[in-house]
Amino acid sequence: MRKAKENLWKTIMLACTLITCAILIFLIGYVLVQGIKELSINFLTTSPSYTTGNIGILPDIMNTVYLLIVSLLVLVPLGVGAAVYLSEYARNHRIVRLIDNAAEILSGIPSIIYGLVGMLFFCQFMNQQTSLLAGALTLVIMNLPTIMRTTRESLLSVPKGLREGAYGLGASKWRVVRTIVVPECLDGIITGCILSAGRILGESAALLFTAGFAHTLHGFADGITSSGATLTVALYVYAKEQGEFQVAFSIAVILLVLAVLVNLSAELVRKHFNGKRNV
Amino acid sequence: MGPRGERWPKARPHLRNVFMYKVIDRIMQGVFLFCGLVTVACVLVITVYLVVSGLPAIGEIGIIKFLFGKVWASTASNPTYGILPFILTSIYGTFGAIILGVPIGFFTAVYLSKVAPLAVKKSVGFVVSLLASIPSVVYGLVGMLVLVPAIRKAFNLADGATLFAAIIVLAIMILPSIINVSMTSLDAVPRKYEEGSLALGATELETYLRVSVPAARSGIVASIVLGTGRAIGEAMAVMMVSGNVPNMPELFGSVRFLTTAVASEMSYSSGLQQQALFSIALVLFVFIMLINMLLRKVMSGGESK
Repeated sequence: MRKAKENLWKTIMLACTLITCAILIFLIGYVLVQGIKELSINFLTTSPSYTTGNIGILPDIMNTVYLLIVSLLVLVPLGVGAAVYLSEYARNHRIVRLIDNAAEILSGIPSIIYGLVGMLFFCQFMNQQTSLLAGALTLVIMNLPTIMRTTRESLLSVPKGLREGAYGLGASKWRVVRTIVVPECLDGIITGCILSAGRILGESAALLFTAGFAHTLHGFADGITSSGATLTVALYVYAKEQGEFQVAFSIAVILLVLAVLVNLSAELVRKHFNGKRNV
Repeated sequence: MGPRGERWPKARPHLRNVFMYKVIDRIMQGVFLFCGLVTVACVLVITVYLVVSGLPAIGEIGIIKFLFGKVWASTASNPTYGILPFILTSIYGTFGAIILGVPIGFFTAVYLSKVAPLAVKKSVGFVVSLLASIPSVVYGLVGMLVLVPAIRKAFNLADGATLFAAIIVLAIMILPSIINVSMTSLDAVPRKYEEGSLALGATELETYLRVSVPAARSGIVASIVLGTGRAIGEAMAVMMVSGNVPNMPELFGSVRFLTTAVASEMSYSSGLQQQALFSIALVLFVFIMLINMLLRKVMSGGESK
C-alpha cells in the first residue's frame, strides 16, 4: 500500500516534468516546422516593399541590433555603477534600503506600464518622438535591476583581502574600485549583460508605443532617432495586424535561435568563471 | 602582478598627487551615488506619471462608475468607461493560470530537486530556462494558431479566442518562475531534516512531501506570488489569444485584460479615452504594488524563521 502510494506520487511528478519538457519541445518543433521553409537569404537581407510585394526583415534585424547596442551602452555603466555604490561606497543603511527597494519595485512592474510611462516621459516630455532611442531608454530602466543584481552577487565574492591589501598600499578608493573591484566582478557584469540582452531581444509590449512599427532601413545615427520595429514587434504586427503567419513564424525561428544562443552563452560564462574562481 | 594577472595599485607619495586623488575620489563617489539614485528616480517618475496622468479621468468619470461600471464603450457616440470587466478578467485569468500552472510547476520542482538524477536535473533545468527566455509574442503566435483553433473544435465554439486560451498560455508562461524559485528553496533545505525523517522510517517520497516541502514553504509561496505578478502583467501573448472584446469574463467568451485594454486602444486614442487608458494602467500598477508587498511579506517571513 505504501509502496503503491510512493509509486503514484513518483509517476505524478514525472508526468509533470514531462509535461514541462513536452511543451518546450512542441513549441520549438512547431515553430521550426512552420517557419523554416520560408527562411531564405532574400528574406533576411531585403526590406519589405509594397510595390513589389517583397517581404524582408533586414530593417527589423538592424533595428534590433541598434536597440541592443544603445540599451547596453547606457545600461551597463548605470547598473554596474549602482551595484558598486551599494557594495563599496554606501555607508548609510537607509540609502541602501531605499535603492534596494526601488530596484525590487522596478523588477516587478509589467512591461506594458514601462511602455506607457516611456511614451509619456521619453517620447512626449523629453520630446524624442517615437524612436528607437526612446525605446532603448525605456528598456534600460526595465533591465537595471537585473544587471544590478548579478553584479552585486559577484561583488560579494570578491575577497576582502584584495581590497584591504590595496588600501594598505595607500591606494585611493576610486583606484581600488577601478583596478580591483570592477575587474574581479567581470563575470557578474557579463552575466547581467547576457540576461538583459535576452530580455531586450524578447521585449515587445514596452516597445509598441516607444519605438513604433516602421520597417524602413536606416543607418545607425538615423536609425536610433527614427521609429522602428524590432523583430518581436514585427512578429506581432505581421501576425496580428496583417495576418502574414508565414512571416511571423520565420521571425519566431530567428527569435528562438537567439534565445538558445543567449542561454548557451550564459551557461558558458558561468562555467568559465566558476572554473577560475575555484582555482 | 597579482595572482590573477591584474596590476597591484602603486602607492603615489607626492603631495600634489594625493590632493588630486582626493578630488577624483570625491567626484567618483558622486558619480556612483548618482548611478544608485537613478533607480529611485525611475520609481518616482513612474509613480508620479501614472498618478498624474491616471487621476484626471477617474475624477471626471467618477471612481465608482469607473471601477465598477460593467460597460466599456470608449468609441461610442456617448462613451461609457467601466473597467469592471477588465479587472475581473485579469483576476480570473491570473487565478486560472495559477490553478493550472502551480501544480505542474510544483511537482516538477520537487522531482528535479529531490528525485531526479543530476544529469536529468541539469538538462531539464536548461529546458526551463529556455522556456523562460522565449519571447511572449512567440507564445502568442503559437497559441493563436494551435491553441485557439483546437479550443474552437474541442468545445464547439464560434471562436476559440477565449479566456480559457489565455489561461492556458499564462499557465505555461509562469511555469519557469514557479519551477526555478521553488527549486532553489527546495535545494536549500538542510539535508539533516531529510535524513532524520528517513531514519525514523519514512519513505523517500513521504520525506520529500512532508518534511522538505514544508521546510521550503516560504520559497514555494513566493514562487506562486511571483507567478501571479507575471500573469497579471503579461500583455502581448494574452492579446493574441483572448479575442480582445470588452465582455464580462466567461471561460469560453472573448475577453479583454487590464494590460490588453491599455495596449489595444493606446495607438488611436485621444482625450478622455486616452486618459481613461492611463487610469487603467494606474489600477494595474496598484495591483502590482499590492502583489509586491505580499511577496516581500512572504520572503521576510521565511527569513525570520
